[in-house]
Amino acid sequence: MDYSPINPWVIFFASILTSNMIFANFLGMCSFISVSGEYKTASGLGKAVTMVLAITSGVNWLIYHYIILPLDIVYLRNIVFIMVIAALVQILELFLDRYAPDLHAKLGIFLPLITVNCAILGATLFMVIRNYSFLQAILFGLGSGLGWWLAIVMLAAIREKIAKAKMPPGLQGPAITFIITGIMAMAFIGFSGIFQVQ
Amino acid sequence: MAKEKLPALAKRSLFDENQVLRQILGICSALAVTNLMTNSLVMGLGVTFATALSTFTLSLMRNLIPQRVRMLVQTLVIAAYVILVDLALRAFVPEISKALGPYVGLIITNCIVMGRAEAYAQKNPPIPALLDGLFSGLGYTLVILAVAFIRELLGFGTVFNYRVMPESFEPWTIMIMPPAAFFIIGSMIWFLNARKLRREAEKGGK
Repeated sequence: MDYSPINPWVIFFASILTSNMIFANFLGMCSFISVSGEYKTASGLGKAVTMVLAITSGVNWLIYHYIILPLDIVYLRNIVFIMVIAALVQILELFLDRYAPDLHAKLGIFLPLITVNCAILGATLFMVIRNYSFLQAILFGLGSGLGWWLAIVMLAAIREKIAKAKMPPGLQGPAITFIITGIMAMAFIGFSGIFQVQ
Repeated sequence: MAKEKLPALAKRSLFDENQVLRQILGICSALAVTNLMTNSLVMGLGVTFATALSTFTLSLMRNLIPQRVRMLVQTLVIAAYVILVDLALRAFVPEISKALGPYVGLIITNCIVMGRAEAYAQKNPPIPALLDGLFSGLGYTLVILAVAFIRELLGFGTVFNYRVMPESFEPWTIMIMPPAAFFIIGSMIWFLNARKLRREAEKGGK
């Protein structure tokens, strides 16, 4: 499929709603399930993911088109991408520590976790496979991050509400979380009439 | 722990501590590739290969890696094996490789591989580490095949692309869509948890 004629803003909104990272692509599930117990922490992680996603999509696009393709080392792309992500997360952490200590105190503990969040690498791979332009790639990264944030915040809010609800003991914890996510995914299918770019 | 016998190790990795259902790791790909059994089998074998060989390699290197950079080394070793898997799939089964899309590359960030490297390969000799990785990977394969069996059977009426349901069978479209994956894995975790709790209660009662 050719993605080049698609308006970047359509990609932006589609990656939030119809091709949401969690509900359509199942990326970043590990932290989505394990960090969604508390609303505040979940929102903090969501912000950090959004920031890293938007930046890494842009940087990886530049690296792919100006370093990997000219050198013809496409077979090494996975290793390059993961190192770029690890390095960017480190730099971002240092940068925040120096210039925005408040934000660093809030997001600090999540940043190292994000390196192994598959949503980040996944967005980069999607962007490469679909041959997005630079603007499309950045808006796709930003939109995916916002979609991920939206999803984890919604799940955390629901989980806080049902924390004290009575349910069969085996269902507590991860099992009910999966089922809630399934229902949320069903609700998100309702958006698919608006635009479809997957 | 290093002297664990093979059957005990197999049972632990395959069932008692199943990576997907008990540890809730490696969920992304377990949900994403399970609409067809063929895709799941290929993905499962890829993960098993990458887990087994990277735990083996990392266990060989465990005394050489400085503590501070071990995450980086782990990621690089895993990424190298995943690239092997990716290239092999592209060469031998291009159709499936295309269907799996980015999820093959995403084995790098699959928490199972990293988890075994961190939790087991660091402290154990190469051969047990290899077996541990192998059986953890097989445990993952087993779960995604089970999920894919349900989804493919009800969603397409087929098993490994062979039609098993009668022609009159109306496919359940929901099964091939994302929500069903969440429901099935959620129910499996529920079932296993409930069984474990019941067993513990029985033991406690004696």
